[in-house]
Amino acid sequence: MENLIGLLVAAPLLGAAVLLCGGRRLDRSGPWVGTLLAAVSFGLGVVLFADMLGRSGEDRTLTTTVFSWVPVGGFRADVGFQLDQLSMTFVLLITGVGTLIHLYSVGYMEHDERRRRFFGYLNLFLAAMLLLVVADNYLLLYVGWEGVGLASYLLIGFWQHKPSAATAAKKAFLVNRVGDMGLSVAIMLMFTTFGTFAFGPVLDGAEAAGEGKLTAIGLMLLLAACGKSAQVPLQSWLGDAMEGPTPVSALIHAATMVTAGVYLITRSGAVFDAAPTAQAAVVTVGAVTLLFGAIVGCAKDDIKKALAGSTMSQIGYMILAAGLGPVGYVFAIMHLVTHGFFKAGLFLGAGSVMHGMNDEVDMRRYGGLRKYMPVTFVTFGLGYLAIIGFPGLSGFFSKDKIIEAAFAKGGTEGWILGGAALLGAGITAFYMTRVMIMTFFGEPRWQPTASDSGSAAGSGAPHPHESPKTMTVPMVILAFGSVFAGGLFSINDTFLKWLEPVTGHAHGNPPVSALTVTAATMVVLVLGVALAWARYGRRPVPVTAPRGSGLTRAARRDLFQDDFNHVVLVRGGEHLTRSLVYVDHTLVDGVVNGTAASVGGLSGRMRRLQNGYARSYAVSMFGGAALLIAATLLMRAV
Amino acid sequence: MSSAASVHSLWTAAADAPQKIPAPHIEYAQLSPTLIVLGAAVLGILVEAFLPRRTRYPAQLLLATVGLVAAFAAVIALAAGGYGTDKAHIAAMGAVAVDGPALFLQGTLLLASLIAVFTFAERRLDPAAHGRRVDSFAAQGAAVPGGEAEQEAVKAGFTTTEVFPLVLFAVGGMLVFPAANDLLTLFVALEVFSLPLYVLCALARRQRLMSQESAVKYFLLGAFSSAFLLFGVALLYGYAGTVSYAGIADVVSGTTRSVDPALASTSGNDALLLIGGALVLMGLLFKVGAVPFHMWTPDVYQGAPTPVTGFMAAATKVAAFGALLRLLYVVLPGLRWDWRPVMWGVAIVTMVVGAIVAVTQTDVKRLLAYSSIAHAGFLLAGVTAASPDGISSVLFYLVTYAFVTLGAFAVVTLVRDAGGEATHLSKWAGLGRRSPLVAAVFAVFLLAFAGIPLTSGFAGKFAVFKAAAESGATPLVIVGVLSSAVAAFFYVRVIVLMFFSEPRPDGPTVAVPSALTSTAIAVGVALTVVLGVAPQYFLELAGQAGTFVR
Repeated sequence: MENLIGLLVAAPLLGAAVLLCGGRRLDRSGPWVGTLLAAVSFGLGVVLFADMLGRSGEDRTLTTTVFSWVPVGGFRADVGFQLDQLSMTFVLLITGVGTLIHLYSVGYMEHDERRRRFFGYLNLFLAAMLLLVVADNYLLLYVGWEGVGLASYLLIGFWQHKPSAATAAKKAFLVNRVGDMGLSVAIMLMFTTFGTFAFGPVLDGAEAAGEGKLTAIGLMLLLAACGKSAQVPLQSWLGDAMEGPTPVSALIHAATMVTAGVYLITRSGAVFDAAPTAQAAVVTVGAVTLLFGAIVGCAKDDIKKALAGSTMSQIGYMILAAGLGPVGYVFAIMHLVTHGFFKAGLFLGAGSVMHGMNDEVDMRRYGGLRKYMPVTFVTFGLGYLAIIGFPGLSGFFSKDKIIEAAFAKGGTEGWILGGAALLGAGITAFYMTRVMIMTFFGEPRWQPTASDSGSAAGSGAPHPHESPKTMTVPMVILAFGSVFAGGLFSINDTFLKWLEPVTGHAHGNPPVSALTVTAATMVVLVLGVALAWARYGRRPVPVTAPRGSGLTRAARRDLFQDDFNHVVLVRGGEHLTRSLVYVDHTLVDGVVNGTAASVGGLSGRMRRLQNGYARSYAVSMFGGAALLIAATLLMRAV
Repeated sequence: MSSAASVHSLWTAAADAPQKIPAPHIEYAQLSPTLIVLGAAVLGILVEAFLPRRTRYPAQLLLATVGLVAAFAAVIALAAGGYGTDKAHIAAMGAVAVDGPALFLQGTLLLASLIAVFTFAERRLDPAAHGRRVDSFAAQGAAVPGGEAEQEAVKAGFTTTEVFPLVLFAVGGMLVFPAANDLLTLFVALEVFSLPLYVLCALARRQRLMSQESAVKYFLLGAFSSAFLLFGVALLYGYAGTVSYAGIADVVSGTTRSVDPALASTSGNDALLLIGGALVLMGLLFKVGAVPFHMWTPDVYQGAPTPVTGFMAAATKVAAFGALLRLLYVVLPGLRWDWRPVMWGVAIVTMVVGAIVAVTQTDVKRLLAYSSIAHAGFLLAGVTAASPDGISSVLFYLVTYAFVTLGAFAVVTLVRDAGGEATHLSKWAGLGRRSPLVAAVFAVFLLAFAGIPLTSGFAGKFAVFKAAAESGATPLVIVGVLSSAVAAFFYVRVIVLMFFSEPRPDGPTVAVPSALTSTAIAVGVALTVVLGVAPQYFLELAGQAGTFVR
């Protein structure tokens, strides 16, 4: 069984290699090759899952060392895999949703000339993400971490002919580098503290390591998580990342990669449990981001950017839960899985809408689409109900648990965190209802798209239509997940029992009863939906966005995140580089050039001693011999 | 009366049983590498005397190749027989050591010489003269340059095939040099390998005047330094009453005293020891090209035929450093605190001067000459370590340096214009565009000289600096690293010139060599890469060979 773990990673890696090196011969079959290998990986995941279920809770973990990677003195890093319940959850999510999105892309990318490459990148992403979650040490995890970063970069900028896509890819890459630095520093700190990177010794020995070091490691890990999971203050790249093809947004920037930060924090739970300061930082980041993302999501007219804000906000919930310690780990992962279903479904639905609307993304130019795209409407609608936490659907179970756990933190802290989570739920209901209404209800506001009006004068307004089967089937399957996953997980605490051996679990005691929390959640949900209905359902939606209040304008500009970055980081960085360049030019270059000039001058002068006369050479030898003797005698004398 | 007495004594002496003169005991098998090479050289002379001119070239090439290969096989057989380790001892009545360092150096020398012989035999590079292919050597060495006799010799298609026996004689001397275990053997070996080299230097086909000038300079200065060495030998004899290394070492350490009554007034006089030791050292430092005894190097390297330069640069350095190591580690270890600081000084000056003066050179052969001076400095840094690591690191460095040097000079022979080899650096501009392969190969050699990681040069430099640092010579290592940085400048400058400059319209052409030179270059590149990527095996080999027998 252990050997299958390697194959799990190898299958999509093989796909990436074949597709990226295979050349034009594979242009036609490429998409199906990529999809097939993703499916193979999913199949292997299911086999491993069945095998794991066959064993009892305590010895479900599979470990295997493939080879010794870097054995240098005391430094020892192995390529080894560890598959426990936490990894297994991710493996199924990644390969399952991944396969569906591969299938969806077959239809979505049908007319793209470079689709073979696209599928190669997607497979590369799957391989890297799987490596990330099955690695048994932080160094190998780092390889996967960088691998998904690379795949994300390549896919955001996949339409490289668009300057906006190229810029967005670069931005995502740069911001992620900051987080990656955090991870590498954390790994170095681990090595100096524990002398190893393996999960086992690091996490088992964490408590003995001293709080100061653990706090440092924890904060660095949090920085890494912020980068990858688009949490404040490294959130700015996610909105722009929507420049990538929509299946990419669904798979990488909603369902899987952006949750790697949650995985990292949950995996390193032992470190955070012993470092309360770091844990406090985690919950703060989570709470701030869940509100930040939700507010940004309210103001966006671009359907994908609205969903991106929502993703940020939902991951904020997960980070918040993970920061709560053993009370929250299970719920963080549970919300992660249900979110994987409904957010992937929502993005695929958005892609389907764009597919039918000539790639229009402005929701102000949608409207009334429910009649034209019934399958999309229903699946998107179910995803919508799931995310706002409609009772009985997936999001209801997972989000509710997080809000409860936040209140259970206790004291003022508990009230603040719980309040933030509750407020976030209300805002979520508001912006998702807004998206739903603007897209599928109301009067059609379709207009010729900017790209159309220029080239083909006669094409006029779009003719919305339902998408092909390859696209709708994955949406339907994901909709099933959105509806039932939460319920299935919560009946008899199935998910809790499944994950508890790995993450541990502690029951929190909220200051108010669980029922009160649920009731409060329902109230804010209804308020949010009603407010959205009042604003967008009862009145026609203007095609050009009104100026809006100060908050709306700020939210449209992503709460000035880019302005902040520009002023503080870009300008500051420019000042720094300019002064460094100045120092380099004057001081460093001066020293270097001065040295070079003096060496050259010395060389020229010494060269003259070499005048070609044997007699002067003989004199030099004679003098040398005299010096040699004198020096030897002198040495004896002293 | 007195005459009668003396007659009587003569008579009585004759009447006594004649005193037995013991026949010297010679271990022929253990000396076989040297004997094979010298035998092949003698046969080469006979070939010159008795074979018709046409057949001499193939016969000489075959003879030299077979001789060197057989000698190498003999070295391997001796090493396999344990003579490098437990059976190491001193053969030929205390004259020649057969031990690890000696065998290691002899093996290196023989391989390097074989490669050098290949470059000697190359006949594809020069344009054919009167329908005959010619090598790098003068048609007739004795003919006046530019005179009628020379023209006739060229027209007749003469070639100086004597270079093969000459080079074999030189190799024979070099094989004895690092194995010599008494000062007289040392001196004889020195002269045996020096004299053929003087002649070889004078034999260039092109620019014969420059070639002859270089030979005369080399001869004069070589003779000058030999005189110093011989004087040093005399002083050391006066000090110890013996010329044997072990005997001198014993006197230095005070375990025995000289018994010869004639030397009673001088023996044990430290001034004799110190001055004599310094003078012998000077003779060896001249051969390795250490500052301030280096002045001959650039002139001779530039003037000599390029294959000879390659041979000298590689083989002479190996032989001379071997002899230097043996002298310092066997004869003078008791004087360690006297010679080490002095050698420190020499090493520092050599590294610095070699690296700095190379910066302004414009001729590729002179550039390589200064580079060899700088490398002598790095090697001296390893020598001063005075530890087993010092010995093995120097042995390893010599291997890496020898083959890189041979390869680099072989490449120099390929780049030609109407006047023969185009050695002026300005002509090498843009070579990378015209002949990417040749330029790339040369770049590999330059990187190895500069000591860039993954080349043999790095492994060697790392080994000697490590040995030096561990023996406490940190300042030496700092100077060494700084000089390496300066040296890297002029190596990389050549690479930049080759690859990033516009080719000149009147630039040189690159000759297509025969298998002979190609082999030399290929072996150079292969060893550069292999020793750079996986030096461990050879380092261990050198480490096993790292003990001198006494």
